[in-house]
Amino acid sequence: MALSLKMRKRLVPYLFLVPGLLFFLIFQIYPLAKGLQMSFYRWSIMPGKASLFIGLANYLRAFEDPVVGRAFLNTLIYTLVTVPGQMILAMLAALLLHSLPRGRAFFRTVYYLPVITSWVIVSLLIRYLFQSPNGLINYFLVEVFHVISQPIMWYEQARTAFIPILVLGIWKGIGWSMVIYLAALQGIPKELMEVAAIDGASGWQRFWRITLPLLSPTVVFTLVMLLIGGFNVFISVYLITGGGPRQQTEVLLSYTYRQAFDFLDFGYGAALSMLMAVFLITASYLQMRFLRKPVEVYG
Amino acid sequence: MKKSQRPLNRSRVLRLLLLYLLAVAGAAVMVFPFLWMVSNAFKEHVFVIEYPPQLIPTHPSVGNFVRAWTSNNFQLYFTNSAIVALTSTFFTVLFSAMMAYAFARFQFPGREALFFTILLVLMVPDMITIIPKFLLIKTLGLRNSLWGLILVYIAGSTSLNTFLLRGFFEQLPHELEEAMLIDGAGYLTIFLRMILPLSAPALATVTIFSFLGHWDEFTWALTIIDDPLKRTLPIAIYSFQGQHGTEWGLVFAAMIIALIPVLIIFIALQRYFVSGITAGAVKG
Repeated sequence: MALSLKMRKRLVPYLFLVPGLLFFLIFQIYPLAKGLQMSFYRWSIMPGKASLFIGLANYLRAFEDPVVGRAFLNTLIYTLVTVPGQMILAMLAALLLHSLPRGRAFFRTVYYLPVITSWVIVSLLIRYLFQSPNGLINYFLVEVFHVISQPIMWYEQARTAFIPILVLGIWKGIGWSMVIYLAALQGIPKELMEVAAIDGASGWQRFWRITLPLLSPTVVFTLVMLLIGGFNVFISVYLITGGGPRQQTEVLLSYTYRQAFDFLDFGYGAALSMLMAVFLITASYLQMRFLRKPVEVYG
Repeated sequence: MKKSQRPLNRSRVLRLLLLYLLAVAGAAVMVFPFLWMVSNAFKEHVFVIEYPPQLIPTHPSVGNFVRAWTSNNFQLYFTNSAIVALTSTFFTVLFSAMMAYAFARFQFPGREALFFTILLVLMVPDMITIIPKFLLIKTLGLRNSLWGLILVYIAGSTSLNTFLLRGFFEQLPHELEEAMLIDGAGYLTIFLRMILPLSAPALATVTIFSFLGHWDEFTWALTIIDDPLKRTLPIAIYSFQGQHGTEWGLVFAAMIIALIPVLIIFIALQRYFVSGITAGAVKG
């Protein structure tokens, strides 16, 4: 009896793992391997027509493709603008709500609204607001605030076409980081702040010397998640500019998607995906190692 | 005493007033695009963009909502979305809980390596494998099928939820489990009668987030669904916008209809949102 119990205990975990693992192997691991294989081929989508092994040609092409460079740069700009933008505004919002004696939950709900709204809805909404010449943003800039005298044709130039995408990236994300910061702020002992205040520390000093160091694991966590999110930008680009004008606002995922499903170049699309996967896995591995220390200190 | 207290109180009131003003200003920025969407949804037959824009419609009408709801198979899309989101959420939660149970409560060879592999793959965005997944689904004959969405949604969200639930399951007391074992209960009974009931809040959080994720999913559905009868709401809204590109009022009405279930879930189950978002964060 004791032996059979032991045997059962040994077998049972695998039985619980089976359904989830099957999905994991079929729809996660297999596609990764298949994608790697495809990236070495001029992949044929015609049934009966064989794909041609071309070695590293897809990868070499990626390094010479000017649009890939543009897309990489745009992805980088998106990440470097929206990640600090979200974090700083979210921190300010969290500090603000934290200092409100009443109504915190109400404002938290309101600030979180853009987060729960789907990317499709907010992207189309932002595209509409930035329409030219008679969109609402232009109306505000020209008629209400008199910042500019002529409406901006947002989507006609690469420089301005990316702005709605950046604005959306920041606006939609503030609530998420804010909720996390707010919860962390509530975990800081009040006595600590009171003692510091009695010792004559100003609000500014208390923030830099007490609040921020205590929040640092939380801040690092949001940083990592937002960086990964930044490199995942796709739907907003696809729906707001479609990568235009002249592929100038393309990001890595939108260009990869276009290669595969517009130009039907599956091999090249797979190679671009693999390059991104390598980049992201390396980055998250480094972050995990870099992250470990502060988290342990905190927990 | 009194003399020195009065200006202090006044500055405190002023400070609070300023803080609330700032909070309201922030809220206005967050809500304004939605207000604008609602306002335009109530304007019927606005084919060109009005200039200057009007926030309050002069002749508000629910015509757009009626047209959106009754035209273009919209109710079918709503049903498709509900079927896909409910089915994939049910299996996601079930499979994640089962995996999390194995990882949290058992010692077995390969446990650490397997868990690490799942975490590593979790770092790879779903879109990275979208091309081979498309071919796979095509080979399985599941293009233009709701099952093609459901299977991939389950696979895509099981890893993350396994990770979240494992953390919760690990904290459950071992004594109860041992007592049940002594009473002759099997592991399935323990899973169903002890682990799941005790984890209700965590399961609720995972369920809500999975449901919303599946309800809103756009990219994969865009990739494998061409058949207009198999569209889900995000795809329907996207193509709606393509067809009625100048009738934004109609498009906005469709968006609001799609947004209503999300808002209801969000407002009714808000405490699970906060705990869900902070679960992974505050504790590292």
